[in-house]
Amino acid sequence: MSEPRLVEVRRNVLKQNDIIARGLRERFREAGVFVVSLVSSPGSGKTTFLEKTLTDLQPRYRVAALVGDLATENDAVRLARSKAPVKQITTGTLCHLEAAMVESALAEWDLSKLDFLFIENVGNLVCPSSYDLGESLRLVLMSVTEGEDKPLKYPTIFNSADVAVVSKDDLAVAVEFDWEAARKSIESVRPGMKIFRLSAKSGQGMQEYLEFLGRQLAEQRLVART
Amino acid sequence: MHELSIAMGIVEAALEEAERRGVQVSAVHLRLGALSGVVKDALLFSYEVACQDTALAGSRLIVEDVPVVVFCAKCEKEQTLPSVQSFACPECAEPTMNILHGKELEVFALEVEDEEVSQ
Repeated sequence: MSEPRLVEVRRNVLKQNDIIARGLRERFREAGVFVVSLVSSPGSGKTTFLEKTLTDLQPRYRVAALVGDLATENDAVRLARSKAPVKQITTGTLCHLEAAMVESALAEWDLSKLDFLFIENVGNLVCPSSYDLGESLRLVLMSVTEGEDKPLKYPTIFNSADVAVVSKDDLAVAVEFDWEAARKSIESVRPGMKIFRLSAKSGQGMQEYLEFLGRQLAEQRLVART
Repeated sequence: MHELSIAMGIVEAALEEAERRGVQVSAVHLRLGALSGVVKDALLFSYEVACQDTALAGSRLIVEDVPVVVFCAKCEKEQTLPSVQSFACPECAEPTMNILHGKELEVFALEVEDEEVSQ
């Protein structure tokens, strides 16, 4: 037996996922669809927020959603009430979505018929951060009932996101939510992040967020043309 | 807990490299960034499971932690962040998202022995 030696290999462990995600991003760009992925902890109101988003965007835009869930189809059933096309990705025991799952779920979709596609990840603030899904924008959702320091507890996912939405603002007074403290903790883990404060239930704050999405779509299409 | 699937990815990558080189792997060196979203202890445990019944069974996983390194535009130099809870220059407190290191999840090297040629 020869002496052990060290050989350099330099292999990115998530290379396969990243390659698929790059392909998806290219496909989304060519189809002119703006893709938003949603991450949050379980119970933050992701499905209510998404249902409201789908409903409110529909008069002006063509929208659809992919929903990752561990076992049930409850979220897809709820989202279908918005009348938008919704497809469930049941992950089984897997705690996050991977690019290959998105790719196979979209295999038969004509993306050029869409303006917005939303991908709701499994409720989890840890695992989804490692996996690029080819999205145009990653949105992290936290509700006022979760506590102002949530970003400091899960810095990796907040840092990987582009936009933060603080939801259930209609409950803010009841739970004595400290808005300034929350803003500071988001800013600490992700300087310069765009933050929206809203309530999907009352609709307050939704308009500003929807207008932002509209601008993002227009911008992406402009860049794709040049 | 997605460390088992990450560990399986590590094993797969290491096996491919070992096969290509015709070598026996005794240890896998991994560079793990503080922003990789992977928990080291869970990964070490998962690695053993992922190695079972493969040519890597019994090999070690050696993890090198990679801290977050940013470029501070104000100091005009690279700075290592002491914590992932504050993306600000440790020297001048300027917030920054210019991340140079910390997202690594990379099989960096293999400790190998050449396979004995069977007579």
